[in-house]
Amino acid sequence: MSLALPPLRVARYTTTSCLGVGLVSHVEALREARSGLAPCRFDTVELPTWVGEVAGLEALRLPEQFADFDCRNNRLAELALQQDGYAEAVEEAMLRYGRERIGLFLGTSTSGILQTELAYRDRDAQGALPAGFHYANTHNTFSLAAYVRARFGLRGPVSITSSACSSSAKVFGTAQRMIAAGLVDCALVGGVDSLCLTTLYGFNSLELLSSAPCRPFDAARSGLSLGEAAAFALLERAPTQTTADAALLLGVGESSDAYHMSSPHPDGLGARLAMEQALRQAGLRPEDIDYINLHGTATPSNDAAEGRAVGALFGAGVACSSTKGAIGHTLGAAGGIEAVLSLLALREGLLPGSPGTAALDPAIAEVAPLDYLLSPRAGEPRRVLSNSFGFGGTNCSLVLARGDAR
Amino acid sequence: MNQAIRAALTARVAGIGVLGPGLADWVQARAILRGEQTYVAQPCVLPVPQILPPAERRRATAVIKLTLATGLEAVAAAGLKAAELATVFTSSGGDGRNCHEICAALASSDRLISPTRFHNSVHNAASGYWGIATGAMAPSAVLCAFDASFAAGLLEAMVQVAVTSAPVLLLAYDTDYPEPLHRVRPIPDSFGVALALSPTAGDLARLAVDPAAAFTAEPATRMDDAALEALRLAIPAARALPLLRALALGAPGGLVLDHLPGQQLALELSPC
Repeated sequence: MSLALPPLRVARYTTTSCLGVGLVSHVEALREARSGLAPCRFDTVELPTWVGEVAGLEALRLPEQFADFDCRNNRLAELALQQDGYAEAVEEAMLRYGRERIGLFLGTSTSGILQTELAYRDRDAQGALPAGFHYANTHNTFSLAAYVRARFGLRGPVSITSSACSSSAKVFGTAQRMIAAGLVDCALVGGVDSLCLTTLYGFNSLELLSSAPCRPFDAARSGLSLGEAAAFALLERAPTQTTADAALLLGVGESSDAYHMSSPHPDGLGARLAMEQALRQAGLRPEDIDYINLHGTATPSNDAAEGRAVGALFGAGVACSSTKGAIGHTLGAAGGIEAVLSLLALREGLLPGSPGTAALDPAIAEVAPLDYLLSPRAGEPRRVLSNSFGFGGTNCSLVLARGDAR
Repeated sequence: MNQAIRAALTARVAGIGVLGPGLADWVQARAILRGEQTYVAQPCVLPVPQILPPAERRRATAVIKLTLATGLEAVAAAGLKAAELATVFTSSGGDGRNCHEICAALASSDRLISPTRFHNSVHNAASGYWGIATGAMAPSAVLCAFDASFAAGLLEAMVQVAVTSAPVLLLAYDTDYPEPLHRVRPIPDSFGVALALSPTAGDLARLAVDPAAAFTAEPATRMDDAALEALRLAIPAARALPLLRALALGAPGGLVLDHLPGQQLALELSPC
């Protein structure tokens, strides 16, 4: 008999991206269908592409005692932690539960690798990296969690999930299991990924970067636009009774494609498994879902496969959209920020549109007649699904709901 | 609060795979850890993974060869089917050689990196190739906790066994870092360990963690043999060695595994 995975309450959440700092700027941007993408001026990059860059990170500094952790990724984490009363909520949770009883599970794909890319430019005549380069606290995949752990003084279970673009969705599953197993009472989850040359030139090598702002699910889509973002949530066991304004995590579904490293299964079989598993865990049927925040990277193969999988499971007419035309593909932070945008959809009664998309690709519509939202729509969604799929064939879907919609 | 659900987390060890410097497989490692054979440190030899389709075999890097070797050894020993197993991959930082090549290319004038190098750069590359090789569509967790990666992965795998009541394959692995990264991350060679954990089957040992006291300030258990202790400290995945020794000896009792400073993982081993 497996342990029950009880619903979790999302006690607090926040996000920071190219759309702005904190939740208010994201609600406004979603209402106005604004995109934060702009022509790439990042570092010395010379690629004809658009990016979702967070303003002001160059000038930001970490608190003095954490100077060893200084890198773009940890600066973005710090900026996001300071918004929407998030850091204060973590400190209150530490008082309530104890610092040993709070788990820390974060997602990132490239962490602070930019720091190493810059250090390689500054190698000396013998090829050595410059003095003062701090690998463990900046480049290493764990550095994000190491920084957040040190900043708050947390002492519970801690890990980074780094499964490419599903990373910060899968951490919700880690938290759910750790709470069910009785190891922690509360979990700080989320994801942070920041712009770097590895991903810009890497996706360019795969010919997956669009030269224009990305156009998810559009017939004219020609690849993705990269972005950077941080998103954090605080999860705890939900009381048996919750009111409408509470936010709940009802289900997490995870699967693997077992197909190819950089292409999804053409019929989205792994994606479908993840969505089915999330619904099963939530005790819901497809028709109970009012909106789907699609992975929708705007690469030809992702959107075709995801469209097929969603159409096959949900049938015609499910309201859905990809928000990557607004924020870009934020890779290891995508699952986290898109969970937050899904929570905002529940809270604000606002189904996000798809900036950059002119019309649903007829080739997708033919096999999956989705209600693809080109512009924002007012509504009263009670339960939403958020999809995150990644390189290596890693898939994760989350079911989030209002407190009165278990 | 919630005392009722704080029963000990337990999992049985059903199969083991090992590959590292001077450790060719579990049979040899077991003999060395039992003191029946002398440990001789030699460079780790990574086998070519015949299980992969030819295109993927050509692209397979050290982390992929290492995890396929240890994972398949553990699964075979446990008599489980790889295609049905959930997995937990954990590594202290991924593929250092691939990372070096990318950073060197990005610091050059043309900044050209190959598509294969890029898709091999993701921390979940080993998990992705494992899926392609075995056909496993089950969930795969991919973790990193720097030097604490083995303990963090073991805890996640034990939690999964408890929560899902299904077997889980844990794969911990690290490969060497070339210069100039080596000076800031001096991992000298490859070491991988895979443990097939099961809620009910498996007769090697039962592992238990107390969810109310998973961590301890006690120092990590050390290896008596100086060369094995040096290996334990040199490669993060080899922090598993005290557990492997206890499994080899069938020695019951408490064990402390290296995790984070002042926060080590307390594990209890008992016969099945």
